Order: sequence, then C-alpha cells, then structure tokens
Amino acid sequence: MQDTKLIIDEKEYMVNSELTVIQALEDIGIEIPRFCFHEKLSIAGNCRMCLIEVVGAPKPAASCHLGVRDLRPGPNGEPPKINTKSEVAKKAQKGAMEFLLANHPLDCPICDQGGECDLQDQAMKFGTDKSRFSENKRAVENKDIGPLVKTVMTRCIHCTRCVRFSTEVAGVSELGATGRGEDMEITTYLEKSMDSELQGNVIDLCPVGALTSKPYEFKARSWELTKTESIDVMDGLGSNIRIDSKGSEVMRIIPRFNDDINEEWISDKARFIWDGLKVQRLDRPYIRINIKLKEVSWSHAIDKVIEKMNQTAPERIGCIAGDMSTAEEMYSMKKLMDKIGSSNYDCRQDSSKLSIDYGRASYIFNPTVNGIEEADGIVIIGSNPRIESPVLNARIRKRWLTGNLKVSLVGEECDLTYPYNYIGNNPNLISDAKKIGLDDCKKIIWLVGGSVVSRDDGLPILSKVVEHALNSGSISDDWNGLSILHTAASRVAGLDIGFVPNRDSLSANNMKNGIETDLLFLLGADEIEIEKGPCVVYIGSHGDIGANRADIILPGSCYTEKNGSYVNTEGRLQEINRAVFPPGNAKDDWTILKLISDKIKQPLDFIDTDSLRKMMFKDCPNLLSFEQHHDHYLEDLRKLSSVKGSILDLKMDINIKDFYMTNPIARSSKVMANCSIQKSKKQ
Amino acid sequence: MLKNEDRIFTNIYGNNSWNLTSARRRGNWDSTDILVKKGRDWIINEMKASGLRGRGGAGFPTGLKWSFMPKEVSDRPHYLVVNADESEPGTCKDREILRNEPHQFIEGCLLASFAMNAHACYVYVRGEYIHERIVLQNAINEAYEAGLLGKNASNSGWDFDIYVHHGAGAYICGEETALLESLEGKKGMPRLKPPFPANCGLYGCPTTVNNVESISVAPEILRRGASWFSSLGKTNNTGTKLFCISGHVNNPCNIEEEMGVPLRDLIEKHAGGVRGGWDNLLAVIPGGSSVPCLPASQCQDLSMDFDSLKELKSGLGTAAVIVMDKSTDIIAAIARLSYFYKHESCGQCTPCREGTGWMWRVMERFVSGKAEKSEIDLLLEVSTQVEGHTICALGDAAAWPIQGLIRHFRHVIEERIDNQVS
Repeated sequence: MQDTKLIIDEKEYMVNSELTVIQALEDIGIEIPRFCFHEKLSIAGNCRMCLIEVVGAPKPAASCHLGVRDLRPGPNGEPPKINTKSEVAKKAQKGAMEFLLANHPLDCPICDQGGECDLQDQAMKFGTDKSRFSENKRAVENKDIGPLVKTVMTRCIHCTRCVRFSTEVAGVSELGATGRGEDMEITTYLEKSMDSELQGNVIDLCPVGALTSKPYEFKARSWELTKTESIDVMDGLGSNIRIDSKGSEVMRIIPRFNDDINEEWISDKARFIWDGLKVQRLDRPYIRINIKLKEVSWSHAIDKVIEKMNQTAPERIGCIAGDMSTAEEMYSMKKLMDKIGSSNYDCRQDSSKLSIDYGRASYIFNPTVNGIEEADGIVIIGSNPRIESPVLNARIRKRWLTGNLKVSLVGEECDLTYPYNYIGNNPNLISDAKKIGLDDCKKIIWLVGGSVVSRDDGLPILSKVVEHALNSGSISDDWNGLSILHTAASRVAGLDIGFVPNRDSLSANNMKNGIETDLLFLLGADEIEIEKGPCVVYIGSHGDIGANRADIILPGSCYTEKNGSYVNTEGRLQEINRAVFPPGNAKDDWTILKLISDKIKQPLDFIDTDSLRKMMFKDCPNLLSFEQHHDHYLEDLRKLSSVKGSILDLKMDINIKDFYMTNPIARSSKVMANCSIQKSKKQ
Repeated sequence: MLKNEDRIFTNIYGNNSWNLTSARRRGNWDSTDILVKKGRDWIINEMKASGLRGRGGAGFPTGLKWSFMPKEVSDRPHYLVVNADESEPGTCKDREILRNEPHQFIEGCLLASFAMNAHACYVYVRGEYIHERIVLQNAINEAYEAGLLGKNASNSGWDFDIYVHHGAGAYICGEETALLESLEGKKGMPRLKPPFPANCGLYGCPTTVNNVESISVAPEILRRGASWFSSLGKTNNTGTKLFCISGHVNNPCNIEEEMGVPLRDLIEKHAGGVRGGWDNLLAVIPGGSSVPCLPASQCQDLSMDFDSLKELKSGLGTAAVIVMDKSTDIIAAIARLSYFYKHESCGQCTPCREGTGWMWRVMERFVSGKAEKSEIDLLLEVSTQVEGHTICALGDAAAWPIQGLIRHFRHVIEERIDNQVS
C-alpha cells in the first residue's frame, strides 16, 4: 500500500493511492453523496452525484471513477488539490440531485423505502429545499418480475446497480435497460420474471424505492423495527443476517456485512423465509391418541415421555438431530442420552458418512470462503453450489471474474453462472487426473458436496478425493484444499460435539428403519422418514414431516426465537440471537431437555445458556478451533486416504431437488412455495 | 479564396467517378508505398507539423492524437477506427467524401493505420448512409483487387485490412467511446474516461478514433508536405476545411476553403448570399447544431476558425454553417434542436437524461410564450447544471444552443412572453 499526499478542502492528507477518490475520502471521514457507486460492483459513474472539484481540471470529476493515482500534481509539483465543498462541487452535487428529483415521484409517504432511502437522506443533506421543475413528471409502468421483487419503476433513478448486480455477482443477465434518454427503463427481457437465487439483494442495492420486497410490501416502517443481529441457517454457509421484528413478529430479514463469509449478500431463501416462521407452528404439546393428535399440557406431555423412557431399555432409545439444531441443543441432548446410558444419537439424518474419526479437517471447508479468492483451481464433486449455497457460488464466480481460475465438475451438469470443464457424472472419474486437468494449478479446492458423502460409498469416494488432493499437492502444509460443502447449518457443530454414534450404537440410517429402537427423539429432524415401530418424540417448531410421524410433540423454537451457536461449513462458530419469542407455549429446545432430565432425576448440570455454553466449550474444544492451525490434519487426511472401499458405478445426483423447499420453515412459507412453482413452470 | 491547386477534395461534387481509375487520375494512391517507407515517425511528425486539427468537431491536433498510441505493439493489437457516423444536424461533409472521394479516404486509412501500428481499421458508417456505405464498400473491394489493401498493401510491406460497419442511426454513437461500444455489439453508451481509447479502446486494445475528413486529408498533407498545409489558414488553425452551408441561403453547398475564411465570403461567394440579402440575416450557427448561435451583428467580420469562434463563445465544431434569415422563429429553431438532444440522449447519466427533457419542455413553452420571465434564468442555470457534468459531451451540446439563444436573443423570448400575457 502506497500513500499519496493530497490537499483536500485546503487540508493535507495522506491517502492510499490504490483507492478511488470517493473511497479515500470516506477513509478520512469525508462523506461524498453517491447512488450508483457500490464497492462490490463495477464502477458506472452515471448518477453524477459524487462530482468533486479537481483544482486545475476544466470540469468537475466523478470521484467514484477517479483514482487517487489519476490525480496530477500541480505545476510546481504541489500535491494534487481537490475540493469537496467548494462552489463548483456543491453546484455539481446540487444540480445532480435536482435532476434526480425532477422526475422522482413525491410518494415517500406510501413508499416502503421511506426511512431508509438514500435519495431521501442525501436530498436532505446535499439537495435544495424545493423543486424548480414545473413540467409534468414522468411515469413509468411497473414491471412484474416475480414473486419476490416489487417494482415501482417511476421511482427509478437509473443508477443501474441492479443491472450490474445481476450481471456481475449473480451471473445472470436478467435485468437490463431498454430505451434511451428519459425513456430509459430498467426491466427484464420481455418482462420475464427473475429467477436468480440471489435476486433479493437488488432490493438492498436499490437506493430508492423502485425495487422493494414484495412479501414485505406495506408491512412496516423501518424505524419501528427492532433489529437483532443473527445468523442464517438455511444453508451451511452461516450468512450474517439482521432480523427486523415488530412486536412478536419477524417482519423481514436482511443481510449484515461480513467480508469473510457472505460479503453483503444473502440468498432468497434466507431473506424471504420469514413468512414461514408464522404458520404451521407447533405452539403447544400434543400426544397422538388413535391416529389423532390431541392437545395436552406440558406436564402431561413430559410425563408421557418419562413413562416411555422408563419402559424402554436405554439401548433401544435413539435420537436424531435435524439440520437447524443449535450446538447447545445437540450438546444438551447428547448429555441427556449419556445420562440415560444410550449412545444412539446421530446428527446426520441424510446418512452422511462424514465422521470424527479422521479429524476436523475431514469434514469442514478447509480453505475457508475467503480462501476461494486465493485458489487457482476448483474441482466440484457431486455438488451444485448454486443451489446448495448460492452466496458461496457467487464468491466462486467473483474469483472466476478476476481470471486464471480453472473449474472442473464431476457430477450432475448444471448452470453455475461461470463456465467449467465438465468431466462426467460418475464417481470413478475423480481418479482421472488427465481429464480433470488442473496439473498446473497450485491451490486447488476439492469441493465435495453433501450429496456425495451421503451415498453408501461416500467414504471411499471421499478417500479417493483426498488421495488425489494429497498427490496433487493441494493438501500440504500451507494449503488444505479439501472442502466439504455442508447444506445443513447444524452439521459441523454436530460433528464437533460428537453427536454421532460409536461403533456399537445406532446411526440415523439404522434408526429410521423402525426395528432397532422403541423410543426415538427427533430433535427438529424433518428430512428423514421414520418407519412404523418406535414411539417418536418430536421436538421442533413446525408441523412438518417429523411432527406428522410423531407420537408426542414437544413444541420448540425457530432460529429467530432463541439464542444459540452454529458452526458454518468452514468451521466458524457464530451465534444467533433471539429476535422474538416462540409462539404459544413453545419453549427453547434445550430447556425442554433440561425439563426431561430433571424429571428423570438425572438433571443436566446447567441452569442457563451461559453455564451451558461454558460446559459445552470445555467439553468440545473443537467448536472454538476455527482460528487454530491443525498440526495433525495431514496425518488425519492421510489416514482417510488409505480407507479402501468399492466405488459404485452410480450417477452422483444432488440431494436437493428444490432449492426453495429444503427445510420445514421453507415448506411452510407461501413465498417459497410461489418461487418453487414459478421455477418449475419455467423449466 | 482557396486556389484551385490547393484543393484537397477535387471531386467533392462528384463531377467525376469515385472509382479507382478516376481517383488515380486525381492523384490518389500515388506513391503511397514511398510515404509508408518513410516511416512512422516521419508520418506522425509531418502530421504534427501540419497543424491539422481534428475535423470531427473538437479540434484536437491529429498528429498529437496519433502519437498517443503505444510505440510498440504488445500483446494487444492496435486499431484505427474511423468515425463516419456523421449525424450532427447541418453537417454533410463526410457524406460527400464517402460518396465521391472514397479512395482518398481509404488511402488515408492505410497511412494512418501504418503510423499507429494498426493492421486493421474499422469504419463505422452512419446507418442512414446506405448509398455511401455501398460506394465505400465497392471502393474497398476495388482497392483489394488492385492490391492496394490486404497483404502487403500498396507494396508498402504493411498488411492492412479495412472493415465497414454500419450503425443503426443513433446520434450518440458518434461519440468516440459510444462508437466503440456499439462496434463491440453493445448498447451505444459512452464510456468513462480515463482510460482513453489510446490505452484501452476497441475490445480493450489501443485504438485511435478519427473523423473521416481528418483521415482523408492525411495523404495530401504527406504528399505535399506539412509546410504546404500549414501555410494555408491561420496560425494554430491551419489548412483547408470543408464547410457545409445550409439554411436560408440561395445556394446551399459544401465548399472546401481555407481555415479562417470570413463567414461573409462563405455565404456570399459560395452560397449565393443570404435569402433576401445580407441585411436579412438574423443569426448563424457556425459549427453544427451543438454550438451556440451568433447574431448577425457578430457575423460581419467573422473569421471561420477554431480560435476566433471560441472567443465569441461559440465554436467551429464541424464547420456546418446554418444560416437563418429574419423570417426565422429563432426560439422555435433552438427548441427543435433541444428536442433533438432530448431524443438522442442515451440516458446513462443523470444530468443529460433528466436535463435535456427539462430544457426542451421549457423551450417549447418559450416558443408559445407560456412562461414566466424568471424561467429564462432558470433555464440558463439548468443548462449550466448539465454542461460539464456529464460523462460525454452530449450534455454540453444540448446546453450550448440554449445558452447562445439566451445570450443573444433574450429580448425575443421576453417579448414573446409579454405578448402572450397581454
């Protein structure tokens, strides 16, 4: 980083010469108004709001496009001079603002952007008090671009952020501008609907109320919302989100910046899931009597559970944890099972073969999400990152855009928004180094999808991948290219905690056949069908597959209603925070387990989340080990690579059939259902 | 008056055929290989010494522009792009060159490309110029057949190809970076500068964009020598220039004249005088629709060159003289231009997109007088808010005619408003 001396508003500053002037000014605390400029998008320079005076230049310059390096020193070698508050700069900014407002409707009172509108805010600070424009205002027809994004195109100021986002980040040229001059309109081609999994981000990007959230339409005002920082659990990435709630309702979910994980994007599932939080909820305990579920009191329900537990031999009691369980819940459950003397617990309801036998490095995304930007080769094995983790896929695309990245894909052919070398759909092709053809790459990411490791031959395939990665030098002391892309938010924490059976106990796969257990706890496990046989106790939030099969239902909370921890696919521990309370009589899941433990006179040793966490971290140090360097990973992975087994000659299909329907909350959401219908109509 | 032997465009009226035989008879393609063999530096230095300023409107020194291209070809090829998207209202000089003197132009392309290390040249012809495109393509085909283009073009040892591409009729595609975008198959929207085309132009490669006339005069300058060219005209405004005289004159015409020729000579000697006599002159737009108009009082001893016109806050532009006699409704005339710019604005950047429409609407009300007098100053201020604040020069072009009108004919607008009110 090299610094350059600048004279800004008559004062000398040292600024980073790699930046554009608008960024340099921001660094030293001078705010320049802008609409089209966005750090994560290409520079358009079209709103002309960020004009500043460059002393010596014939006309004002757009500071978003002007590099610090482009500034020329004065005739006698003085540092370049720029003015941000001079008459010239002010006139330029006020002028641009007046033009933007000339055709912008004065419908702020009925605009959903009101209160968080860049145009409102900047007009206050940089505009004039009243309009001199006395002609008729332009009106533009609204476009129907799908169930998620509402358009009020008259409000559009043509900054083209949405166009640049969809072309550059999302990788689908869905939005564009037609017409020219004042007739220019942002639209989709022939008013097709958008079908990117990241389209919701254009709502955040739109500086005005032209693109707003359709499900959130007229629901609330930004200033009356309570903001809670949390983590998304729709996929394994752990995108950072903010939950905005009003009273007891979640009103919307928007992304938080985290450059290490999601930058500032989230998937549509993460953003629009919230209507699913309000329906199909289990708000009181139920017991199944003769096929029908009957409402009961908590004490009755717990007594029934205790009764069953007492009737059942410990080795015939089992537990399966779902994809959205917090680390705390799984830890409490494991403790409880340990106390009653059963080790039939499993967090891998998709019968994944990942285990803790080969160290933490064998089940996480080792290079980290940031590491994608260092990689020069990616081999995608049996995965479609675009639907398994759209934001991570956008990161791969971002890396691809910078050039010199080779991508190969073994598995189901799909549109990843960037080109790749397609090898074929057969696991045996992994060993064909020639076909994969990344010999000259130094930092290769071997991206293994969750669908691969849940196959019967998952372990041999993984072993083969690791063997190749070791041989090609992409698992070495300074680069570990093995990357498991988890789709379940709870999975890594589950493995870290050791929520997996030992050699003698039952796995999820054994438990679901209904023969080997008599009492089965489902801790939010909804992606698994339990055969007839055992008595099923479902602890969870939604009336979905699990509750349908359940004999006793103990209502739990959703991720917006509790505190807890998740470990994302990279192995990074993050916390969720309670935004609203669970509905009705539903409880925090771990307190239900605590209640049971108290009743069976083998109480769990914690009384609140803090003490629970303290114990959990003591028992499972892996949870906290994200920053630590694992000395043993080479050894562990070598051990994994020596696992032999036959690889079946079967196609590598992706487990996720419908991006919008992957969990009980999504299946309850009307918005997700609409998206799903629309997508299937298009195909 | 320009002497006949100093004329560069000897067939501009199409008295003779455009074809190669006829063009050779006029001196085109004469010892082109010798000029090439004199080397790049010689060509660029001659061009610089001739003082030729770009004929597309901005008047940037052509030799200097050529010298901005990288000296050596690196991994990216160099390109010459010729801007034949002549769409400025009032201007019709390139059209005559393409129609009647295509070989003069093609030879210029070869010399300019060689000087800039370019093996390929793209000619972007205005969409409406269908006949011109056909003539140009035929002339190029002839030149290929005669070995003047292609491998070892004109025996010069330089491989050179020339491609004709036609636009779809958008004025903005005459802006050099919008032209490049359009040529690349994208929407014709000007690019942000820097980077300038000489660094990063067509397909991201070093590119020079020149006007048809600038390229066409190059062979004659090189053949006759820079000193000949610079001896014509005035200091810093050298050489000859094609003037297009239109409007209320008895004989509208294109005429090649020395730079700095008095406007009155142009109108009276070449265009047969103003309709109804010199005293019937109301105003003149001296350089194509985008420059401010000048009232008759300033036209008396007006010298037609870049610097003199700049002093009068107007410009030479493309040297398209639009003459308006006293029967003209000057407000309506300028309002029509405002409509043109509103219609042709690409819509990319705010001041132009919103400002051109605003200005045109106010102008329309001025035409009928349904306005307040305070709006004259408002319009002037809006025009200065557009001018200089846009990505390309279309904003300036939209603002200047209005500024010229208000500067010189404010009383006309005020009278009309008064009459309407009463």
